[in-house]
This record gives sequence, C-alpha cells and structure tokens, in this order.
Amino acid sequence: MSLERPSPFAAVLETALAWALGALWLAPLLYAVWTAFHPPDFATRFDLFAPLTLDNFRRAWEAAPFARYFLNTVAIVAIVVFAQIVLGTLAAFALARFTFRGRDLVFALILLQLMIAPEILAVANYRTMRAIGAVDTIWGIVLPYLTSAFGIFLLRQTFRTVPQDLEDAARIEGCGTLGVLWRVYVPAARAVYLAYGLVQASWHWNNFLWPLIITNSVETRPLTVGLSVFASVDQGIDWSVITAATLMTSGPLLVAFLVFQRRFVQSFASAGLR
Amino acid sequence: MRSPTRLDEPPRGRFRWPFAGSGRRTVEAWLLLLPSIVLFAAFTHVPFLRTFVDAFHSTPKGRRPSHFVGLDNWVDLAHDPIFWKALTNNTLYALGTIPLAVGLALAMALFVNGRIPGRAALRMAYFTPTVLPMIAVANIWLFFYTPDYGLFDQIGGLFGLAATNRLGDPSTALIAVMAVAVWKEAGFFMIFYLAALQQIPPDLREAAAIEGASRFTFFRRVTWPLLAPVTLFILVNAVINAFRTVDHIFMMTGGGPDNATNLLLFRLYELGFKFWDQAQASALTVVLIVVLASVALVQFVFAGRKVHYR
Amino acid sequence: MKTTRRTLFAATLAAGALVAGFTPASAETKITFYYPVAVGGPVTKIVDGMVAGFEKEHPDVKVEAVYAGSYQDTIAKILTAVKGGAAPNVAVALSTDMFTLIDEDAIVPFDEVAGKDAKAWFAGFYPSFMANSQTGGKTWGIPFQRSTVVMYWNKAAFKEAGLDPEKVPATWAEMREAAKKLTKRDASGNVERWGIEIPSSGFPYWLFQGFTTENGAILMNEEGTKVAFDTPAVVDALQYWIDLSVKDKVHPAGIVEWGTTPKDFLEGKTAMMWQTTGNLTNVRKNAKFDFGVAMLPAEKRRGSPTGGGNFYLFKGQSAEQQKAVVEFVKWMTTPERTAEWSIATGYVATQPAAWATDKMKAYVADFPQAAVARDQLEHAVAELSTHDNQRVAKAFNDNLQAALTGSKTAAQAMKDAQAEADRILKSYR
Repeated sequence: MSLERPSPFAAVLETALAWALGALWLAPLLYAVWTAFHPPDFATRFDLFAPLTLDNFRRAWEAAPFARYFLNTVAIVAIVVFAQIVLGTLAAFALARFTFRGRDLVFALILLQLMIAPEILAVANYRTMRAIGAVDTIWGIVLPYLTSAFGIFLLRQTFRTVPQDLEDAARIEGCGTLGVLWRVYVPAARAVYLAYGLVQASWHWNNFLWPLIITNSVETRPLTVGLSVFASVDQGIDWSVITAATLMTSGPLLVAFLVFQRRFVQSFASAGLR
Repeated sequence: MRSPTRLDEPPRGRFRWPFAGSGRRTVEAWLLLLPSIVLFAAFTHVPFLRTFVDAFHSTPKGRRPSHFVGLDNWVDLAHDPIFWKALTNNTLYALGTIPLAVGLALAMALFVNGRIPGRAALRMAYFTPTVLPMIAVANIWLFFYTPDYGLFDQIGGLFGLAATNRLGDPSTALIAVMAVAVWKEAGFFMIFYLAALQQIPPDLREAAAIEGASRFTFFRRVTWPLLAPVTLFILVNAVINAFRTVDHIFMMTGGGPDNATNLLLFRLYELGFKFWDQAQASALTVVLIVVLASVALVQFVFAGRKVHYR
Repeated sequence: MKTTRRTLFAATLAAGALVAGFTPASAETKITFYYPVAVGGPVTKIVDGMVAGFEKEHPDVKVEAVYAGSYQDTIAKILTAVKGGAAPNVAVALSTDMFTLIDEDAIVPFDEVAGKDAKAWFAGFYPSFMANSQTGGKTWGIPFQRSTVVMYWNKAAFKEAGLDPEKVPATWAEMREAAKKLTKRDASGNVERWGIEIPSSGFPYWLFQGFTTENGAILMNEEGTKVAFDTPAVVDALQYWIDLSVKDKVHPAGIVEWGTTPKDFLEGKTAMMWQTTGNLTNVRKNAKFDFGVAMLPAEKRRGSPTGGGNFYLFKGQSAEQQKAVVEFVKWMTTPERTAEWSIATGYVATQPAAWATDKMKAYVADFPQAAVARDQLEHAVAELSTHDNQRVAKAFNDNLQAALTGSKTAAQAMKDAQAEADRILKSYR
C-alpha cells in the first residue's frame, strides 16, 4: 500500500469503482439514445436486434417548431455572450486601471449581482418588462443578462495582471483609451474570453426559468422552454419522440462538448476558479 | 456560472497619466462603466429595492389598485403551510444533495487524476451531465422513474421486484428529484477538484513516498488540507445552486405530490406567475435574498480569512 | 395675410378630404384573436383555415390570429396584454378562467353586444357547457373547444378476464368488481395489469369531480365565492378512490401520472382508464386491441365535469370591433362549423344542432365511440371554477394528493382543503 505503487488488488478495485461510477453517469444518456433511435414499440422493451430508425426525430421535428426554437436559442446565446464580453471588457478595464472616486463602491454594487441572480428577481423584472413592452420578446429574455458581475470580475482580475509598461508604451505610440484596451488588454485576455464564452454559451443554451416566465409564443421561446411545452402534452407521453426531441435540444452542445472536450473542461475549471 | 469572490485585494497601479488631467480619466472611466451600470441598476438594483417595497403592498387587481398593507404579506407568508413545507424541503434538498455531490466529485477527481485506464473517457462520462440542459435531463429521468416500464422498474423486474412509483409517493419523490441533482452536479464540481489536484506540487508526493506514507495518509495529511479552499468554494456554489435550480421540478413533479417536492424558487414561480400574487411573491423573494445573502456572508467571512484559490 | 389664411383653410380641407378618401366609409375593422395551441401542429392549420373562411365572407373584417401556446401561456399572455393596455379583442381561454378575467376587469359579457337574438344563441349550447360560461345572470363565455372525462376499456382484457367485452361497468360497485377480475398478477404477486387507472398528477380535481358528481355533490356555487369540499358525499367519493388502490389493490398506489395513463392503456398495463375525450383520436390510432368508450359509472347518479376553452370578449374596444367579434364568434360556432371542428380535432361538439348535421351523423355512424361524450353531457356539470381559481384548485389538488398518497385521511384532507379555500375566498364574499 505504498504511495508510488498501489497493490494490484487496490488498483483493480479502484478501476472497477471508477468505471462503475462512469457507467452509472453515462447510463441515462445511453438509454435516451437507445430509445430515440428505435421504433416506439421498443421504448419499453430492450432488444439488441431492434431495428434502427430516425423516424422519431422526424416526428418530433414535425410536431413542434424546433427550427424556430433553435433560431431563438442561437440568437439569445449570441446576443448574451457578445454583450457580456463587450460590456464586461469596458467595465473591467475601468475598474482595473482607472482611479476615481466611488470606484470601490461601484465594484461592490456590481458584485451584488453574484448573489442575486436575475431569476430570483423575476417578479420585479417581469413588471419592468411589461412596462417597457418587452414581455414575450427576445429582448425581454436577454436584457437582464446583458452584463454580468462575474464576467466583469473575471476580466478585471485578468487585466490587472497585464504589465503597466505595455500600456505606457502603447500610450506613447499615440493610442487612446480604447486603442490601449483593444491593442494591449484584449489580446492579453484571449484565453479568458474563450473560457468565459464557452461557459456562458452553455449556461444560456440551458437556461430555462426566466425564458419560461417571459415568453409565451413560438416566435420567442428558446429550445429549453419549447421542449418543456412539447413534453407536457395533454394526450399522453410518447417516450420515443420525447427522447428524440430531448437529444435534439442538447445535440449541438453535446457535439461541441465531445469535439472540444479538453477545452470545455479547462474552461469550466478556469472560468470558475480564478 | 457562479463564481468565487475574492474582493480583498486593494486595487493596484495608481498610475497617473502625466498629460491627461485626472478629470478626463474619471469621465472616461464612468463612460466605460455606464452601459453596465445602467443595466445593473435596471435589472438588479432597482428591482431589488422595489421587491422590498412591494412586499409591504397589496397585489394590484383590475378593480383594486395596490395599497400599503404593512406587515400583512409577512403574516400571510408565516401562516402559509406550503411556504414552510417548501423551506423544509429546500433545506433537506440542500443537506441531501450537497454532501453526496461534493463527495462524489472528490472521488471522481481522484480517480481521473490517477493513472487509471481510460482516463479521458471516464472524465468525459462524469462531466457530460453538466453540459446537458436540466430540462432535458429531467425528461430522461422522468422516463427512468416511470412505474412498470421505466428503466429502474425494468431492472428491478429482472430480480422479481414489484413496480415502484417513486415520483408519485411523497416519501420518495424528494429523494428522486435529489438524485437527479446529484447526478447533474457531481461532474461539475469534479472539475474544480481536478484543477486543484493538478496544482499540488509533485515534489510533495515524492517526499511523502520517500517517507513511506500510505496513500490514505497522504490524502488525509496533504491532499485534503490543500483542497480546503476549493471545497469551500464548491460548497458555497452548491448551496446557491440548491436554492436556484428548479428546472427539473417543473418537468418531473410540478412540486407534487402534495408539495412533497415544492422548493422555494418553485413556490415563488407559483405565487408570482400562476396566481399572479405579486405581494406574496415579493415577500418570498425577500426571504430567498436573505438566504442567499447569508450564504454569501459565510463565504466572505471564511474566504476573507484564509482561502486563496490557485 | 387673408390669402394665406384662406389657403391654409383650403389646404386643411383638402387634407381632410384626402384622409377621408384613404379611409373608406366601410372602414376595415381589425380584431386580434388569441388562441391556445401548444405547438404549431395541425390545430393551428385548422384555425387558420377557419379564420380565412371568415375573412372571405366578411371582407371588412381583418382577424389577426395569435397562437399563444398552452392554456397557461394564453392566460399569462392575456393578463400581460390587459395590464399593458393592449388587450386582445377576442380570445379562447379556459372556461375556468372566467372569474379571473372578471376580477381583472378584462372582459365584458356577450349579452349586451349580441343583440336581440342573444338569448336564443346562448340557448343553442348544451347547458352543461354554459354552466362554466355564465355567472350573475350574464354570459361571459361562448363554449368552443370543450371536452369531458370518459372511461376507456380494453375489450381484449375483458375477454381474457372472463368478462363480457361489450358490457361495461355502469356503477361504482360494478367497476370495482370488474377491476378486481381484470387485475392480473404474476407468480410472485407483482402486478402485470391493473384493473383501472385514474390519473392524479397535475389537476386531480378534474377527474375527482367525476366521483363527486356521481355521488351527488356539487362543489361550488354559481357566483364562484363558495366551495363545498368537506361534505360527506365528497369525503365518501374520495374514500372510494383511495380504496381502489389501498383496499382493493386494483389501482396503482401513489400518484398516477396524467401523461402516462394513455400509454399504460395502450401497452395493456391497465384494462380501464379515465381520461379526457381529447384522447379519443390518440387511442383510436394507436390501440392494437378492440377498445370501448363509456360514460363514467354511476353511484347516486351519472356525472362528469366538462373542461376546455371558451371565447371571451374583451373590454376597451370600439363598437365596430365588438360587433365584428360577436360576428366572428357566431360564425365560428354555427352548427355546421362546430361539427367540422369536432370531427377534425376530437373536441366535443358544443350544440345539439351540430350533432344533427349530416356530417356529424356520418362521423358517428363510422365511429360510435365519439357519441358517448355527447350522451354524457346531460349528466355533466361545470368544472370547478371560483374566484382566484388557480389557488383554490391548488388547495384542493394538494389535499387530494395527500389523501391519495396516505399522508392524510380523506376527511382530514377535505377539511383542510375547505379551510384553505374559505380563507382564499373570504375577500370575494
């Protein structure tokens, strides 16, 4: 039982445990894949030689406007991630490199959002959206998320690691404030942008509660809300079609994850831990 | 995603640009901050204050405008058994899911950090639930729990076990939705442990090996203490998640049977958007804010003292 | 100066004439119509087709149909629009939303607008559908997409259990006996097929109203200000439901999911089920065995609640718009169109006259099960509907679930439900 070489028995046991856990963690997804790719008759019966089919996906696609839902989700994710990065960069730069009265107070007030997520304030935010006519619009979904305390916090930390000399040099070359930001700070934070972007994209792809509250039509609903409407039908549940729809909804994210697995894992680690 | 907050460092670099007056710098700074400040004010700070005000007013109805009602909403909330039920459920939910999810996350990280066959595949298996939408995950699990032909009952059936109705029985429904949360979150927390484990200097390990320390001793004496800050960070996030993740409740139980799976945020949705009872919903929002604020306070106190990440 | 003024005057006149010219005397009236469809499925196309048909016959009216999603989405959308001062002109929403819409001061009754023949128009509908549409002597809703609860039974299972597949249980006692024979257990005592399933997730009160009506109980007053949840008839009805699973063990224990019962029925996991008439088409399409549809069994009497959506007329529109809305609603509910609508969607046709049309007669001849819902209508009652309806219904649902899962006795649960409902309704009395 020495540190360097565990006994063969312990090693086998550990591997077995690790894999048992892994199997348990993958099982739900595999089961969903199985059901989605086989005819409904086999949804409740496991048969290794059951015929494969894409029919469930076709039926799901035709039964609900998933194309529109995809479009909405992509628009929401794109707007939110883009706005958070741009607005976060501007604000973080001010907080990292400018000295002015009230800075610490502003920073503290911003950090309040870390604690009170937009969904907690849904009732009051809903009233605001109603007042400005943003209920049931894409803008209504994204507005509370356009800037993020977490993003500002993360970028501020990153900007502060940039050597002051680099900024000074750029200033001497005649760069203005925005020029300095663009030439010096933005390139320095490239890895953070990627990590943060990935995390936020997957978070907003999956976001459910606020879009559920603020939308009530096909034209604005994202995939998650569309899926929940689709799955709670009056006429009984057809598991094959629902699992197909479920996989479709998470498909792009899942594929992106499998392709960029390492990047994803690192992003979640770094964008959460800094 | 949630983040840690390390606010203790004083701002660095009191650089003054010689030929730009500090007045101009100040204006620039505020201009850079302006869009974010406006958005924060509109969707965090003003609603935050408004919620407190609304919690002391009645709900406006078509024929009855809102008016000041003093503590009425709070008295009603205190007399609402479903509120207490949701609070109890949420506490049980947090106490049940967090230790298990965090424990499993640590085990996963240790497995994947070692020299185990198929490491990359395993890490992927553990992490996959994290990227799936909770609403989709809930659908899949709903199918699992279906009496008779759901996966659990089919496996149980092989061993001659009777059909079960886990989501339809108040004594098991909460546990059933908790299992989903553990499954969804363990892989997410694993990532943070994994990142921290990889920061542990290899020479510590070598030194311990020379001294002939067992793996368990090494873990207890070296690894675990070094992981303490990450553990705190994960715990705080886990608590916050336990109070703000309710997507699967919508899909799996709708808070039932008889509120057995009703959680605070779900109750808030019912009050605010099913009953359109702004007054009660605002009072409950304040309660939720207080809960989350105390979590943040705990973190701030502990983190301020000794924790540093990386 | 004078000329200038005169020119100005002339110009104003001209402009006025111009404007008048662009808005012809028979101005086009625009109305917005909110309609609940969860997904862009076949029903959307049917409604679109009907709207187009109406516009063709009424070139001066333009109907903008807005598909608002589920009933829940629709009422949310309506309330939002009303509070934002942009209410729709007409909408289909749950018949049980009537009191909510009245309390929000959002709708006006049809009586005044519909003119002289209003009385005759209202009288054309089945009284059990009008029950959820009228209060305080006024008619606030016009029945459109309505449903009711019926019992489905698996004839093959009946035959297998040695029962006459054509003779469906007609009383509670018969249903219990049949369910006992139909419940099939394997060697180790595990249930392979249940005798009966009655869903209790989501909105158990609706199915429970079948029991209470059959047991002679009426749950609320017409004003929607009082409920009677704790009467002996209600408690006994609940006890019968509980006993089906606890004592007789012919019904699954715990909460039975609404969404999975049709699947259970189609898979042969249950021999009988209570479900909405809305499932008729689904079961007809997917059942691999012979099945029957019957009225719910009787205890003291037959009975079932109605359900579904009504047309509502909204406040704050011009007289022309109101007239156009009434014209539209009348057009949508003519007997002929009601028959077409019912055949296409499976909703119950709302008027006796619709069932007398040739189309409907041909349909029933081909598919006699469709007529069961109609025959049951004479026994049907209004769906539970009160002020603050969602809340009262939740109090009732929670306690029903508590009793069905054994955490409260039937009597205690109904007493608690009554107390909570009284508390909620206090301010409306």
